[in-house]
Amino acid sequence: MSHDDEYDDRRTEPAPPSRSWEPRIIAFLCYWCSYTGADNAGTARMKYPPNADIVRVMCSGRIDPELVVAAFAGGADGVMVCGCHIGDCHYIEGNHKTMARVPLLRRVLEEFDIEPGRLIHEWVSAAEGDKFARLVRQATEQVRALGPLRWPERLRAREVAPRPLEALGGDQPW
Amino acid sequence: MVRSTPGRASPLKVAMYWASSCGGCDISLLEIGPRLLQLMDMADVVFWPCATDFKYADVAGYADGYIDVCLFNGGIRSTEHEEVARLLRAKSRTLVAYGACASEGGIPALANLSPPNGLFETVYGSNPSLHNPSHIVPQTRVATEFGELELPRQLDHVLRLRDVVEVDYVIPGCPPQADQVWSVIELVASGGVPARNRALKVGCGHKSVCDECPREKRRMKIDSFKRPHLAIPEAGWCLLEQGFVCSGPATRSGCGALCITAGQACRGCYGPTAGAGDQGLALVTAIGSNLAARDEARAREQVAEIADPAGTFYRFSVAGSLLHGRREPLQ
Repeated sequence: MSHDDEYDDRRTEPAPPSRSWEPRIIAFLCYWCSYTGADNAGTARMKYPPNADIVRVMCSGRIDPELVVAAFAGGADGVMVCGCHIGDCHYIEGNHKTMARVPLLRRVLEEFDIEPGRLIHEWVSAAEGDKFARLVRQATEQVRALGPLRWPERLRAREVAPRPLEALGGDQPW
Repeated sequence: MVRSTPGRASPLKVAMYWASSCGGCDISLLEIGPRLLQLMDMADVVFWPCATDFKYADVAGYADGYIDVCLFNGGIRSTEHEEVARLLRAKSRTLVAYGACASEGGIPALANLSPPNGLFETVYGSNPSLHNPSHIVPQTRVATEFGELELPRQLDHVLRLRDVVEVDYVIPGCPPQADQVWSVIELVASGGVPARNRALKVGCGHKSVCDECPREKRRMKIDSFKRPHLAIPEAGWCLLEQGFVCSGPATRSGCGALCITAGQACRGCYGPTAGAGDQGLALVTAIGSNLAARDEARAREQVAEIADPAGTFYRFSVAGSLLHGRREPLQ
C-alpha cells in the first residue's frame, strides 16, 4: 500500500518537536461489522496512525450522543462513529438511528462551535479493513487540520463544577 | 408580611433570593394559594428581596446557619449573584436551588451559546431598534463627586447555583408547580428530610414527561417537522409524532404535562430525567430514533428542518450540559 509509507510508526519512534500535539480520536465501532473491519485491518498488517482509540460497542445504534459529547468534553479532538452499512445491521435497523442522530448531533455541536468535521461517521463492514485504515488516516489528518479542541481546559477556565464521565446517565449531582 | 404564630417555640426561618431570574419563581411561591396562611403560621421570613425590605447587611449579620431554608432562584450571572450565593450558603442550614435557572441555568443560560460579549454588542450596539450613536455601554465603575461607585460585573457565562456553592436540594421547573412546592415545604417543616444533601432533586418526578402525557402514541415516525406557529396539532395524538419538537421524552416529569395538555409541545423546563445527565443529547437520541427517513440524504434533509436545535433541545439546561457553552478562545 503506497500511501502507508508516509506514516511513521510512533510506537517506536519519538514524535518530532513539530508534531508535539497529536490528535486524539475516540472511535466507537460496532461489534458486528466495524470492529471486525478494524480487526481485519490489524490482521492484514495495514498501517494506519495510532491516533484513534477504539471503543467497541454492540451496535452503532447503541452509541448515545452523550458518549460522543462526553468524549469531546473529556479531551478528545475528534470522534469516529462506525457501524454496519445500511441494510446490514445485525439488529435490523440499529444503524438507522445512527444515520439520523449523527447529522442532528453535528448541528447541535455546531452551535457550540465544534466543527462538524470532528465527528467522523462512516459505515465499515467486516471485510473493509482497508477502508477502516484509510478512514483513520483521513480522520487523523482532518482533525489535525482543525487543531486541538482542549475542552477540559475550557471547563476549568469557566470554573464550572467538573462533569465526570461517571456522572453520565444517572441522577448524579454534577 | 409572614409572621410566626405567637407562642410557637421556633418558627422556621425562611429566605428566598432571586439571582438571574425573571421573578416568576417568587410568584410561584404565592401560587400555593390559601396554604400561604399555613406557611405564615410555621415560618418567619428573614430575607426575601421580592417581598420584604431586608438588606444584604442584615443577612451578613445573621449567625452562620441561622436561616433554616433558603430558596435560591435564578442562575449565577454576575459577581453580585456569586457573592450573595456564597453569603446565603454560609447562613443557611439548607440551601435549595429553586426553579430551572438555579438548577440548570434556565433561559438566561442560552446566552452561553453566544460569545461572552455578544449580549452587550446586540443590546447596546447592533439591535435594529437601537439609537446609540456614541456607543454608550454600561460600566462597572464610575467616578462621581462623592467618590468612585462600583457595580457588579457580568460574568462571561451563566453558571448554575451548584457550580458556585454546595446545594442541598434542587426543585426544578419554570416555575416549580405549586403542589410540588407545597409538598416540599411540608416535608421540610416536618423535619422529615436531612438538612444537608447532595443536590437531591425534589418536588418532581423521576421519569419523563411522556409518562404523564395524556396524548396517544401511534408508533409513527416523524415525516416532517412543524413549527408551533405554522401548524395546529391534532388533539389527542403525540406531538412529536406529528412533527412538533417536543422535549417530553428528555424532560423530567412533575409538572403534570401542563403545556402538552394545553396543546403546546413540552419546552423542557424540568430539566433532564433521572436516567440522563444531559437533556439536549437525550433529545438528540429520542428525535434521531424517530425520523421516517430511510436513507442518509433524507435524514440530513429532515434534520435541517429543525430551527436552532441546540437552543431548542437545551432551552433550559445549557449551563447544565456536558459542554456548558460555546467554545471560546482560551486565555
